[in-house]
Amino acid sequence: MEIYIAIALLSPVIGFALSGLLGRSLPKNIIGILASTSVLISFICSLLLFNYLYQNGAPIKFTFFNWMAVGNISIDFSFLADRLSVWMMMIITGVGFLIHIYSIGYMHNDEGFYKFFAYLNLFIFAMLTLVLGANYVIMFFGWEGVGLCSYLLIGFWYSNKQYGYAARKAFIMNRIGDLGLLLGIFMLFNVFGTTDYQTVFASAASANATTIEIICLLLFVGAIGKSAQIPLFTWLPDAMAGPTPVSALIHAATMVTAGIYLVARSSVFFVNSEMASNLVLMVGLATAVIAGTIGLKQNDIKKVLAYSTVSQLGYMFVALGVGAYSTALFHVTTHAFFKALLFLGSGSVIHAMGGEQDIRKMGGLSKKLTITHFTFLLGTLAIAGVPPLAGFFSKDEILAKAFYGNGIIVFVLLALTSVVTAVYMFRLYFLTFHGEFRGTEEQKHHLHESPSSMTVPLIILAVLSCSGGILGLSSLFSHHHFINDFFVKTLLNKPIEEPSHFFEWLVLGVSVVLLAIIILVTRKFYTSNSNIPVAAEDETGIGKVLSKKYYFDEIYQAFVQKPIEWISEFTYSIIDRKIIDGIVNTTGNGISFCGNYLRKIQSGNIEYYLLAMVIGVVSFLVIYQLV
Amino acid sequence: MSNALPPLEHYIWLSSILFCIGVAGVLIRRNGIVLLMCVELMLNAVNLLFTAFSTHFQDASGQIFVFFVMVVAAAEVAVGLAILVMIYRNTKSVDISLLDNLKH
Repeated sequence: MEIYIAIALLSPVIGFALSGLLGRSLPKNIIGILASTSVLISFICSLLLFNYLYQNGAPIKFTFFNWMAVGNISIDFSFLADRLSVWMMMIITGVGFLIHIYSIGYMHNDEGFYKFFAYLNLFIFAMLTLVLGANYVIMFFGWEGVGLCSYLLIGFWYSNKQYGYAARKAFIMNRIGDLGLLLGIFMLFNVFGTTDYQTVFASAASANATTIEIICLLLFVGAIGKSAQIPLFTWLPDAMAGPTPVSALIHAATMVTAGIYLVARSSVFFVNSEMASNLVLMVGLATAVIAGTIGLKQNDIKKVLAYSTVSQLGYMFVALGVGAYSTALFHVTTHAFFKALLFLGSGSVIHAMGGEQDIRKMGGLSKKLTITHFTFLLGTLAIAGVPPLAGFFSKDEILAKAFYGNGIIVFVLLALTSVVTAVYMFRLYFLTFHGEFRGTEEQKHHLHESPSSMTVPLIILAVLSCSGGILGLSSLFSHHHFINDFFVKTLLNKPIEEPSHFFEWLVLGVSVVLLAIIILVTRKFYTSNSNIPVAAEDETGIGKVLSKKYYFDEIYQAFVQKPIEWISEFTYSIIDRKIIDGIVNTTGNGISFCGNYLRKIQSGNIEYYLLAMVIGVVSFLVIYQLV
Repeated sequence: MSNALPPLEHYIWLSSILFCIGVAGVLIRRNGIVLLMCVELMLNAVNLLFTAFSTHFQDASGQIFVFFVMVVAAAEVAVGLAILVMIYRNTKSVDISLLDNLKH
């Protein structure tokens, strides 16, 4: 079984090397197939590993070599395939494979085709390292790897300066989180002397409770950065600068869920840390609400989806915060399906519109883009939580866990966010696919359905988005909750009361009624041409605040970036230019000044030398006499 | 017999004066030959002092030193004059102030 871990990890690396090194001279189709196949191989390995673990196989640990041994610390380059990591592996490689296929169609006109696939493969490798690492250091290795790939892919079209800045923003914001994670890992070394998961978790109970709290908080800072939670979420919407398949793979389905994985992986620590868990809950809740409401006023098709992603990640953190780790994993899974679907669908729309992303210039696309339209509709229904699609079950479960695990306030806020989610998604859907076409004549003429390499992944993801709920049917429909049963030994869920049937029926009934109303209202409102949203600058009142994203960027600009600029300006013009340069220049000038006078002594005139010698000897004698 | 000799201080004064004349000559004069003569003057001032002390302390080693100094002085003059001849051939002068090539 160990060999499957090795193959799953090495296959994308080989794909990366081949498409990166030989890509220039290979035809595009070959590169696409090569890169996709390497991910497919990983996916098959994941399935085999999953099957083995599902048959109650023990977790497999595979050590490549001893990575470093310094003093008392020894770190193995080792990988652990347990139920959690294999589950993540399947999402990464499965969704990743579909997105690779999709990219063959989406990127076919791009000059950097081979580079794009090389980066994608590298990303798959880094992400697999992240989830498969058997200790926190290997995980950190993968964590930084995905950060790098994210940077490279956001700035993929680097000739556009704004895209380059977006890539830098993502990287820098992630670094802030990474610092927390790194400190957490140092703490683990300090407390346990190792970061190997199995050893650390086995001795977690013996550690000081306060220390564990601190470790949890530090690890969570890392999760905040990578999973785009408040206060570090502003990079994710800007990350939409990257090609759309990248947004689907990295910034919706996989990389941004690394924070969820980290907390779930450390569930042994979090489950006993009251304070850290509450913080996770509050940050998640605040992010869900704030990002959701911002999504109401965005006019860029990808930005809406980006804020939706941030909001849904907030949902997952709420689940983690109440201690329902497997529920969070459930939502990670369904979210990966429908958000990848929505992003790929938006990519198909953008492709058809010739690069246009503004939904105010779309409309009525359902006639021309039938498959895209239909799959996008399914994705919208799934994320909005229409039963019996995937999103309903995972959201319903988070709501139930929040209600029974924490209280009515969290429940109400989450439910309201659910309503908001449905509103902005249907707003997006109706503005894009219904009403009259609002683009240019040229675009109208150009409209076409995407090639099958793009539509087939859409259809597969649509099927998964519809059926994903089977993985976690609520007690109303089935006695078997696949995900909870699967993770029962891997994740330490906090014991939370099962929701009553009355609660379940209530949520189901209310959500169906509310969704029906929302769909009818948004349909009526956004299909008429008189209600097309205005530009962010023309918004007024609360709408302006929302379309300006609560002025988060402006606040950071004023309170973080400006002071740093001032300090830099001060250190540059005063400390560097005046003090340090001053010292150096004065030293140099002084020496050359003295030298200018001293060189006159070296006249070459023998009399002077003799005179100097005599004076020297005489003064020696005089001093000798005096002393 | 000792009464017939001048006192020791006179010798010291004389040799000091001779030595200073030598030093002054070396410092002031530019003629290479005069320079060598002044060096000889300084050496001989010391020689005089040696013999004076040798007589005063009734110790012959001072006089033996004088022989050594004379030998060294003779050798020095031989070399020094040879150098001067070479300088003269090169510069058509024995003026040492022309020898400032070290500066460059």
